[in-house]
Amino acid sequence: MAEMVSTSPPHMDEGETRRDFLLIATGAVGAVGAALAAWPFIDSMNPAADTLALASTGVDLAPVAVGQRITVVWRGKPVFIDHRPEPEIKAAEDVNLAVLVDPQPDSQRVQKPQWLVVVGVCTHLGCIPLGQKTGEPRGDYGGWFCPCHGSHYDTSGRIRKGPAPKNLLVPPYEFTNDSTIRIG
Amino acid sequence: MEAKTWKNPVIGWIDSRLPIFTMMQHDLVDYPTPKNLNYWWNFGSLAGIVLVIMIATGVVLAMHYTPHVDYAFESVERIMRDVNYGWLLRYLHMNGASMFFIVVYIHMFRGLYYGSYKSPREILWILGVFILLAMMATAFMGYVLPWGQMSFWGATVITNLFSAIPLVGEYIVTWLWGGFSVDNATLNRFFSLHYLMPFVIFALVFLHLVALHTSKSNNPLGIDVKGPQDTIPFTPYYTVKDMFGLGVFLLVYLGFVFFSPNFFGEPDNYIKANPMVTPAHIVPEWYFLPFYAILRAITFDLFWGLIPAKLLGVLAMFGSIIVLVFLPWLDRSPVRSARFRPLYKQFFWIFLAVCFLLGYVGAKPAEGIWIPIGQAATAYYFIHFLVILPLLGFIERPRPLPASISAPVTPAGAGIPARSAAE
Repeated sequence: MAEMVSTSPPHMDEGETRRDFLLIATGAVGAVGAALAAWPFIDSMNPAADTLALASTGVDLAPVAVGQRITVVWRGKPVFIDHRPEPEIKAAEDVNLAVLVDPQPDSQRVQKPQWLVVVGVCTHLGCIPLGQKTGEPRGDYGGWFCPCHGSHYDTSGRIRKGPAPKNLLVPPYEFTNDSTIRIG
Repeated sequence: MEAKTWKNPVIGWIDSRLPIFTMMQHDLVDYPTPKNLNYWWNFGSLAGIVLVIMIATGVVLAMHYTPHVDYAFESVERIMRDVNYGWLLRYLHMNGASMFFIVVYIHMFRGLYYGSYKSPREILWILGVFILLAMMATAFMGYVLPWGQMSFWGATVITNLFSAIPLVGEYIVTWLWGGFSVDNATLNRFFSLHYLMPFVIFALVFLHLVALHTSKSNNPLGIDVKGPQDTIPFTPYYTVKDMFGLGVFLLVYLGFVFFSPNFFGEPDNYIKANPMVTPAHIVPEWYFLPFYAILRAITFDLFWGLIPAKLLGVLAMFGSIIVLVFLPWLDRSPVRSARFRPLYKQFFWIFLAVCFLLGYVGAKPAEGIWIPIGQAATAYYFIHFLVILPLLGFIERPRPLPASISAPVTPAGAGIPARSAAE
């Protein structure tokens, strides 16, 4: 109908189509306006400025001994930091990528081989895997074991067995000096 | 409500089982509306839209607000500074409350002028009075939530009104507070009730509309619709007019939101509540000022102290609203519209001026000349309802009413059927 209006000279007796055009144009502008008005309501439910300000966490690694695992909180989630001993590093590096569910070499998952930093949330349904504390089961591959549905992670935090589809997530982090990292 | 066949089979299937589309067609499209409504009839739908805006902004604000004396003020500041668009949502909500009262007060004075409260619309009017009462409770409790100085001391003063009740007053106040002063328990219950009340208002508005669509809209002439030639369908004629009015209203509303968001507010409410320090001059929000003036006007005991001034003031304040419930029977004139009531028309404007005067007095400190002025205005307020309106029904000689809504425009009176003229 809109095309008919644009091709009709104004003097033509085409009142109905002009009215239809105005109706559709008004409705379209109204719909855009309603969508724009809805945005502040939707966006207000996104993280607020003070929440975002807390989005990075600094960790001092100096006190963490070889073989020790610590948990820090980043954005309300646990982050596993593993000071890996040499056999663990070797086990992680020697894995044949073809056997992995989510193939990824260990070198892509660490910045320094002795420090593994992963988000401690099972990629299946969000439980926290065991293996951080001494005496907790570490699964068949010496990494972590999720008690909820039995996912086994290796010493690089990669999924090896069980229902989880992905490796444990590596958060964005950087070494601010030799023994300190900032996550996020 | 005759059955209508729907072109869309899905709508037809649903409608034959749950006739919501028939109801919408009946009440929002076909609703036969007097064809002579003026712009004063816009304010009912405007009030409905403001209610929706208040609920929408309020639901989102409640996601960020913390109803605790230690965090409430800070959580509101966080909304203003850190939450995405929090400033906009809060200013919409804050100014929306003022706009709600402006719109509703205009809506009520429209009803007063055109006699919309008279038979057969008494229940429609009384439901409106209940809506006003519910709005006042909601607005009062909402004003407490930011936990500023005015929030705290306003809550203290208003809840203390109930201590005027003989014998049980003190117990009632303690019960309202959930403690021995306005404190955390009070804030918590006010938040709960502030969230509940809008839905009560929504239900009352629904009943208000059921009553309206049963007795049908009044009109500026105040005479009954004589037939289809006197009406036009609500859609498109009044939907379009309401939308235009909404545009104008939003210009005013958003003008305040964006350019003077604290115009209706009190600076003291940006100071965190301090139970040890009362602000020098406590004033309620502007929409309560006339009632506040009536409350303070009573400075004398009645019946040798049997009814102390404090109780009498509270009774007068609540009475000033309750008297509206009885308005349909206090006004004895059979003629609705002030257009045909030469005397009532003048008293209407005097009454409106007195209401403004009461509002002005309510904002002034209770001292000097303002006390007698407030007392005189309060007396007139009640005299208007209890003496003038009943007497006018006997004294006044109304001007002749037109034969029909169409008569003034089509002298024959029969009129051209509006529906066929529109086609």
